[in-house]
Amino acid sequence: MRVTVVDYKAGNLTSVLKALRHLGAEPSVTDSDLSLIHTAERIVLPGVGHFAATQRLDATGLTPAIRAAIARGVPFLGICVGMQWLYTGSSEAPAQPGLGHFAEQCTRFAESSEKIPHVGWNSLEVRPVSRLLAGVGPGEFVYFTHSYKAPVTADTAAITTYIEPFAAAVERGNVMGVQFHPEKSGATGLKILRNFLGWQAEGTK
Amino acid sequence: MITKRIIACLDVHAGRVVKGVQFVDIIDAGDPATQAARHARDGADEIVLLDITATHEGRATLLETVRRTARELFVPFCVGGGIRSAADAAQVFEAGADKVSVNSAALADPTLIDAIGRSFGAQAVVVAIDARRDPHAADPVRDAQVFVQGGRKPSGRRVVEWAREAEARGAGEILLTSMDSDGMRTGFDCELTAAVSEAVGIPVIASGGAGTVDHFVDVFGRGKADAALAASIFHFGVSSARSLKEELARSGVSMRLPC
Repeated sequence: MRVTVVDYKAGNLTSVLKALRHLGAEPSVTDSDLSLIHTAERIVLPGVGHFAATQRLDATGLTPAIRAAIARGVPFLGICVGMQWLYTGSSEAPAQPGLGHFAEQCTRFAESSEKIPHVGWNSLEVRPVSRLLAGVGPGEFVYFTHSYKAPVTADTAAITTYIEPFAAAVERGNVMGVQFHPEKSGATGLKILRNFLGWQAEGTK
Repeated sequence: MITKRIIACLDVHAGRVVKGVQFVDIIDAGDPATQAARHARDGADEIVLLDITATHEGRATLLETVRRTARELFVPFCVGGGIRSAADAAQVFEAGADKVSVNSAALADPTLIDAIGRSFGAQAVVVAIDARRDPHAADPVRDAQVFVQGGRKPSGRRVVEWAREAEARGAGEILLTSMDSDGMRTGFDCELTAAVSEAVGIPVIASGGAGTVDHFVDVFGRGKADAALAASIFHFGVSSARSLKEELARSGVSMRLPC
């Protein structure tokens, strides 16, 4: 299976690639080669760090190529900033638009007595309709490290609470995102990546 | 609910895990990759590998050790020791680390924190502080001193002030080691940990002094730590992260369980 991992220079890809290879995938990495998007059977957009880094997706032409792939029904998984990019944007970099697949905006955690960033293992409240998180039981933990988050909506696949409830995962059709790091979330994370790799696309043309 | 993290620390010297007492009297405790995998399997929430002599002697074997250790590790993995530039950090990330910890080099040039954070994100930068109380100071906690070069040299900086600067420069976490408590198994320095944790808005990892379950209960409570690091109690089969976490959960500390 042709799994394409998008490199937009937002942190390192080593851990994601290692986890995908561990699960038997042979991922290809593109930082500008659009043919790897055109021929992809799965697309993974990782990312840590600053939302402004997603500007590189626009500069390289990856954004329209990914948009077209999503329209073809290619299963897409955004991780961390890669999930946030699926929304209209983030208050972390207001001038930089996201893909806009989901209509909401990502925002920083409200100031409180809690520490920001939200770093560590937190539990998931998985909505039963989620296919990406199938088999993830109540009280399973995943690893987060972030200061910005997406709001809970009808597309939210799992909710986590830190300061306030936020979207730990989003899923509509073949487009998915996780705010946590499945590649760093032990057996639970590998199960989620396995679900993505085994995904039967809906309405693929 | 966010859980408190139990971090297993591997102090590495010349490619082997070692354990010292107050940073000296070092003994051999095994292969880093084998030990890291065992700790992850035994429920550790994170693995830290510190090349304790890298700054002192150069960092020849570090990258190969990191690569081998990271290969089958699917929990967060932090590496420190001898990282002097953003380019050094890039190599360590490429070898499979998720975070780097910087210590002496950041004190020598604090803009190193900004530089790594800009390229890899704040979440990837842990500032490690080796702290020693100043027994002659009016306030030994507030005036605790930062040491560098693996605890060999005083830096002239105060711990709380340096932690604040590290945060302002974009550090994602502080790893605070009490040199007074290190390897003693007499408990963490809860007063110093609380002073740092209250001074910054980023997570603080307490290190140095773990000996019993109550020491961890104490540092998560009174010490306001977000995570605690231990090395010696996990070696030689004394305890496992899982049994420690189960006991902590029974004492009311929020833990990732089952794990």
